[in-house]
Amino acid sequence: MSPWMVVVRVIAYLVLAPVIGGLLAGLDRVISARMQGRQGPPILQPFYDLYKLIIKQTTVVNSIQILFVSAYLIFTIFTGALFFGGGDMLLVFFALSMSEVMLVLAAFSTNGPYSAMGAQRELLQMMCYEPMILLVAIGFYEAGGSFMVGNLAQVSSPAILRIPGMFIGFLFILIIKLRKSPFDMSTSHHAHQEMVKGLTVDLSGNYLALTELAEWYDIVLMLGVVGMFFITSNPLSYLLAVVVCSLVFFLETFIDNIFPRVKVTTMLAVTWGVILVSAGTNLVVLSVLR
Amino acid sequence: MPMLPAVEFLVLFPFLMGFIMLFVPKQLTSLRSVVAGIGGFAIMAVSIATAVTVLVSKEGETNAFLEHAALPEIFIIAGELLLFAVVVFLSLKYHKYYCILLGAMGTLPVLWMDLTGRAETEACHLRVDYLSAVMILIVGIVGVLICIYACGYMRDYHEHHDDIPNRSNYFLALLFVFLGAMFGLICSDNLGFIFFFWEITSVCSFLLIGYTRSEEAVNNSFRALWMNLLGGMGFAFGLMYCHLQLGIYTLYDLTKLDPAANEVLLIPVTLFAFAALTKSAQFPFSRWLLGAMVAPTPSSALLHSATMVKIGVYMLLRLSPMLRGNLTGIMISVIGGFTFFAASLLAITVSDGKKVLAYSTISNLGLITACAGTGTPEGMWAATMLILFHAVSKSLLFQTVGDIENCMHSRDIEDMHGLIIKLPKLAFIMIIGICGMFMAPFGMLVSKWAALKSFVDSNSVWLVLFLVFGSGSTLFYWAKWLGSICAVIHQSVDLEDITPRSEYISIIPLTTMIVIMCFAFPWMSNHMVQPVLNEAYHTNIPNVIGGSDVVIMIIMVAMVFLIPIGSRVLALGKTDKMTMSYMAGVNAGDDRHYVDSFGKERALYISNWYMEQIFGEKRLLVPCICISAVIVALMVIIVVGGAWV
Repeated sequence: MSPWMVVVRVIAYLVLAPVIGGLLAGLDRVISARMQGRQGPPILQPFYDLYKLIIKQTTVVNSIQILFVSAYLIFTIFTGALFFGGGDMLLVFFALSMSEVMLVLAAFSTNGPYSAMGAQRELLQMMCYEPMILLVAIGFYEAGGSFMVGNLAQVSSPAILRIPGMFIGFLFILIIKLRKSPFDMSTSHHAHQEMVKGLTVDLSGNYLALTELAEWYDIVLMLGVVGMFFITSNPLSYLLAVVVCSLVFFLETFIDNIFPRVKVTTMLAVTWGVILVSAGTNLVVLSVLR
Repeated sequence: MPMLPAVEFLVLFPFLMGFIMLFVPKQLTSLRSVVAGIGGFAIMAVSIATAVTVLVSKEGETNAFLEHAALPEIFIIAGELLLFAVVVFLSLKYHKYYCILLGAMGTLPVLWMDLTGRAETEACHLRVDYLSAVMILIVGIVGVLICIYACGYMRDYHEHHDDIPNRSNYFLALLFVFLGAMFGLICSDNLGFIFFFWEITSVCSFLLIGYTRSEEAVNNSFRALWMNLLGGMGFAFGLMYCHLQLGIYTLYDLTKLDPAANEVLLIPVTLFAFAALTKSAQFPFSRWLLGAMVAPTPSSALLHSATMVKIGVYMLLRLSPMLRGNLTGIMISVIGGFTFFAASLLAITVSDGKKVLAYSTISNLGLITACAGTGTPEGMWAATMLILFHAVSKSLLFQTVGDIENCMHSRDIEDMHGLIIKLPKLAFIMIIGICGMFMAPFGMLVSKWAALKSFVDSNSVWLVLFLVFGSGSTLFYWAKWLGSICAVIHQSVDLEDITPRSEYISIIPLTTMIVIMCFAFPWMSNHMVQPVLNEAYHTNIPNVIGGSDVVIMIIMVAMVFLIPIGSRVLALGKTDKMTMSYMAGVNAGDDRHYVDSFGKERALYISNWYMEQIFGEKRLLVPCICISAVIVALMVIIVVGGAWV
């Protein structure tokens, strides 16, 4: 990829990701509502919410909070830019976990009981999905021979053929990453959360808006990773990737609506089990084939 | 600069310093600090000069000295006898007779060999190459800073603990002796010399751990002693096999050979690797390091960061090219990977700050061991980088925990809640130290990235799985500690920071080094690690870390330092209202109390998660030790037994 192409892609990501992410968040609410037999909000509702959060007066608990929330947003955007700019996949995921830690620290810093509880749960969630995220990078390396996203997009056969187990594992941890039930412990998009809003309970106004925005960037990045499983040097594969991403997004919303929230220990056991079985087996098979 | 006098100074002067420290009256604490400071900085200066001279030189293999060493040979025999006498005396005193047996099995055969002239005295004895130079830098900078820190620390320590007899001059003397033994070990090439210094460090760490002479300290010190003597015994057997069967007298001659061509070479390699596992506290030998924290903090810092545990991985790095693709290498890397994973799970469950650090040391050393065990250049690159970053971060963390303990009389992570308000300066230093241990873009991450790559390239599925799952749990235990420190509790009282200036002399340079190393790692890779690889593999190894990645990592580092400014910009033009944290509306006037359902005011206490029911020491420690003991036993039996037959 030429440097200009990289710049164009990064700028496209910076501008389009919040739009797509916001629309997806709206779509998610509409689909959920229809599944529950409700009318649901307009699809642009998340943008109205964001606007309202920004113009409202912000109350903060301490000044460190502001620092961490900004760091969360900046690192999430950086992570996505690195990915869509064709950077090193391992570095993308290392940067991603760093941005998550920032959000957790923002919650820790408030010293509120709900925030602190949410932060601990969020850390446990990270512990659950971190192995899979790293394994995805390794899977792509095994399948495409490179950690660079730019090179991986130029392969002749889609990665899914060689790493289907990684794909399944990734879909599974995407439930955690997108904060869907049954694993939406630290904070949830739904009102039925037993710890008020958990992780973000002590954030308000401006800074809550920043975390929403960061989440939209994050959704696009995650779907980008899903798409990578199907992308080849053939331009038509991008179409396939978009179709699969929509299906995956619908699937995640569907799962959100049919499973009740589980205990953290169940989450740990189930996620690590699924990762070990699907991605682990895949890895073993690949190493035998090599 | 002339190399031989410099190396002799590095090896002998710390012993002299130890002697001096023994005789400086312990009441004159400031005189003692000055003496230790002058001596320490002299050692540091010489070690930096030596290391730089070696690193800028183009041919590392010419720095071999002492071809004829009749005089030092006598010293070494006398020294070994002295060490054995110490072990025998203390074992008799505390009725731990098994230590005598283990000591005798290691020392006596080697003595017999030396005295009957079966040991070669014509071979070269000292050799300083690039790897030695890197290790000299670590010991010379980090180790010396710890000794300087110890002077101030021990004064405060005995003010708080008046029940413990003040033997601080003996303690400081031991620290310097330890440094001397370290320099001796990393500069020696003769296997007999290495064995001698190896045993000095075992006995020194035993004496340091038992410093307080409490029952727990005595028990833990003997545990450390027997495990290290067992390793020493393995080393002695390997040494004897080299001398008597193979006719190899130096480590350099051993590492030049290819075990694929000659299978019996694997016998000494396996025995040395076994010894290295005990020294680096890998499972099943981890418990001595966990017990080592009963001693005053400087000794923990020294054992965990710059010296003791680094000897083991240093030895493995030396052997690393020989471990490629054989059973010993696979077993070593599996033990390393397993230790990385298991210790990181165990670290989640403990709340004692020093214990978390101890588990994290074991865990990180596991990663280094696993990298060295793969025997690939990338693995060795990652291992060397990890050693460098770990030494600096870990010694800083231990020192900070020690200072926090002196200030608030507790080193429990639960009590460190809100440290950023109570002791802002120490908290800030601690945050940098913790970030240095696990977070992007600090150094550890770069090494982990390389480690992962080398595991994938060497097709080690088990290692990859251990590493990815271990990364998850590593993240958990560090991040919750970081979170506790960062919690802002309003209206808490500032504690008095009683950290003496002599300790900041040590802490501030270490903190600065962590930050500098973040930016300097591409330079370090080119000028320190890459030469080590070329030398170990006797060819030119292509650059392990690519150009574009370096740029991205540097951008990330820069961002960390730019974010405080960025947050100012984002907050521009807004006036934020301050409020209390949310407690469902039952705050009792501040955010530290709430009103319960009977209308009574209660204090709020927020605890971290430790998940003891799942990963607790009671559940995991014994099975982990058993599993790894079986792996180690299998390795020794199959490789040594198989090659013997």
